[in-house]
Amino acid sequence: MNMNRKVAITGIGQSKHRGHRQDVNEPELVWESVSDALRDSCLDLKDIDCILHGNMELFEGVHQPDMWHTMGNGARMKEGMRITTGGTTGATLNCAAANLVASGLYDTVMAVGFEKQEEGQTTTGITAMADPLWGREIQTGAITGATGVLWVEELGERAEWAAAKMRVKAAKNALRNYKAHLRINITEKDVMDSRLLAWPLRLLHMCPESNGSCAIIYTNEEKAKKFPQKPVWIKDHVTCHKEETFFRGGPRFQELSQSYAARTLYERNGIKDPYKEIDVFEMYDPSSWWELDWACHFLRRPKAEVLEMVERGDFEIEGAWPINPSGGVVSTNPIGATALIRVAEAALQVRGDAGEHQVPKNVRTAMASGFGGTFWTVAALLVKEL
Amino acid sequence: MTRAAIVAMAQTRFEPRKGNERVQEMVWEVVSEVREKTGLGIRQKPGDIDTAVTCSDDFFDARTISNACIGDLVGGHFGAEEKVAMDGLNALFYAAACVLSGHSKVTIVAAHCKESQAVSRNMITYAASDPIFQRGVGLDYLSAAGLQMSAYLHRTGATEKQCAAAVARDRRHAAKNPKAQAQSPVSVADVMASPYVCDPLKELDVYPVSDGAIAMIVTTEDRAKELTDKPVFILGAGSCYNDYYIGDRDLSRDLALSAAGRRCFRRAGIKDPRHELDLVELAAQYSYQELLFLEALGLVDDGHAGRLIESGATDLGGKLPVNVSGGMLAGNPIMLGGLARAAECFLQLRGEAGERQVPGAKLALAQGATGPAAQHHIVMALSAE
Repeated sequence: MNMNRKVAITGIGQSKHRGHRQDVNEPELVWESVSDALRDSCLDLKDIDCILHGNMELFEGVHQPDMWHTMGNGARMKEGMRITTGGTTGATLNCAAANLVASGLYDTVMAVGFEKQEEGQTTTGITAMADPLWGREIQTGAITGATGVLWVEELGERAEWAAAKMRVKAAKNALRNYKAHLRINITEKDVMDSRLLAWPLRLLHMCPESNGSCAIIYTNEEKAKKFPQKPVWIKDHVTCHKEETFFRGGPRFQELSQSYAARTLYERNGIKDPYKEIDVFEMYDPSSWWELDWACHFLRRPKAEVLEMVERGDFEIEGAWPINPSGGVVSTNPIGATALIRVAEAALQVRGDAGEHQVPKNVRTAMASGFGGTFWTVAALLVKEL
Repeated sequence: MTRAAIVAMAQTRFEPRKGNERVQEMVWEVVSEVREKTGLGIRQKPGDIDTAVTCSDDFFDARTISNACIGDLVGGHFGAEEKVAMDGLNALFYAAACVLSGHSKVTIVAAHCKESQAVSRNMITYAASDPIFQRGVGLDYLSAAGLQMSAYLHRTGATEKQCAAAVARDRRHAAKNPKAQAQSPVSVADVMASPYVCDPLKELDVYPVSDGAIAMIVTTEDRAKELTDKPVFILGAGSCYNDYYIGDRDLSRDLALSAAGRRCFRRAGIKDPRHELDLVELAAQYSYQELLFLEALGLVDDGHAGRLIESGATDLGGKLPVNVSGGMLAGNPIMLGGLARAAECFLQLRGEAGERQVPGAKLALAQGATGPAAQHHIVMALSAE
């Protein structure tokens, strides 16, 4: 990727992500991550030139919420703007912050993603995405069994077991991440016995509705070297949106955005084998079926091979190719923050600061992906040294 | 360092209700037009459009992710499309950042808003009030503006008549703008005789409900010179958020706009805006903001804007023409207020503004506002050179 200036992450903050946060209002929840990022970076608000805000306003039913959130994100009398793209919002904020710093327009930019799902009805909010004339009658929020059907058709019970194993892996990881929302002890059997939503997708496969926020501070090369926190560099980012008509021609016939985004990132950065060259991956996994399926696309490997990796435990924290040591989206999902949390967690892994859920190896390259809209993917590569 | 430039612009005619068009159709009209003007494809060959920045509002569209239905019109299918969810001038600014970052070579900006789809515009802006304190008193953007107008008139001694003079001026200008919605002139007496909608705001003090779309193409200086003989350069911009609770602000002043203006002038190298600027386009949704914004930007002494407007100095042909497009008071939807101002600057700086052309315009200022009583401002300086 062409970047006129190098961009580094110099501060990372997250709120506690929980199912119920009646103790805070929206700006207060935003302030939890903003103050955490300021603490982490050892910076003050006066060091920040521009504040980016993102969430999906129909979840809480607050119009132009960046206005109210100036009380919590520090944007009062500062420059800033609001950028949103649905589930991908956090990943887009990452791109936007990188673009604004690389452009030279600002030196230090803070991106803040937010959602307080308990204040609205999430599935209603997502259903409102569909075209009011053609799609809204049949939209079912984000719940679909389509990907699982393809796996079970091809690989039978072994696939169902693999999806359950992915979910259990996420739960085990979340237990090591005190900020995660769902920190539960579950077995594969619990997953496969949980309530059926849309066969073969079950309740425990699916991401929760969380309340939380995430803030990341970005800066240019010169300042990154002066600021106290260890820099994590943005190597590249890619955005792949798609037309709103889902699956025209069927999923078998059109490349998935995950595949396209991964391919583009690897080609641009000379990555031949992601399994060897990427140390950890924070994936936006709205369900364990999608985590399983998209692992194929990001790894550029066929289903059968990925199934073997699942069975070997490659995707566990101690495994060869850890996915979502944080517990991922199936454990924590404040939607406007979710994709930014992927970037934050990937950056923590690069810094070696992920605490109990740190992968036990020297992380030089990490990948983060966002998912949203009508099957969109926005992905980024983060590195220890550029 | 390279500069960002606008090479093409298209806007729909602004209308009170485009009942025969969906938002996609409005956007397609303007996107097709800028693509025809520049001959640019979408990622078909090097130097084509590679990135899109859209601007829309989920509440007005009644759609979560209101950009999802626009993406494929601007190259978002297997491509980059990002939505700026506030006044469209911010989208233009972000497009400039995409180009200056080196990540994009050519970015398309596409903004739309159909205010007519809402049963009541006030119902939507009421939802911008926090549910804890403000919704209980029924605060929406109109009532916030009413309070701001009272505070402004009280402190400065400006009169409702002077505000009405700003409406009359804008409507005189709009009569010369074929894209404007309200092209029929109104007099100060007409404004004063129109019914109160939120004391002291009268019906003609308030921008009308409007539908429309705007597209622009933004690129680097080098590429711009290949695409047009008359690129318009973005010299600099600045923005600022104010306090959210209007009780926390001195409503009679606009400190956020003053800060945004200073940031813009510094970056654009403008030392004496009163004399250097050839024209100013302000996104005033309400008549009194025409006065307040001029003062906040330092283009006239505090408390003197009313008299300046009455003197005709801000008319086309005056020493500092303001809103020669007709401004928002002649009809632009809320998300397009600032972008429509930049659109007018683009036409003026290229000498393509027809009957309302400011002769020899070289340096123009566009401003956009978002939020209750204009909580957030962005100011951008544009130049033909």
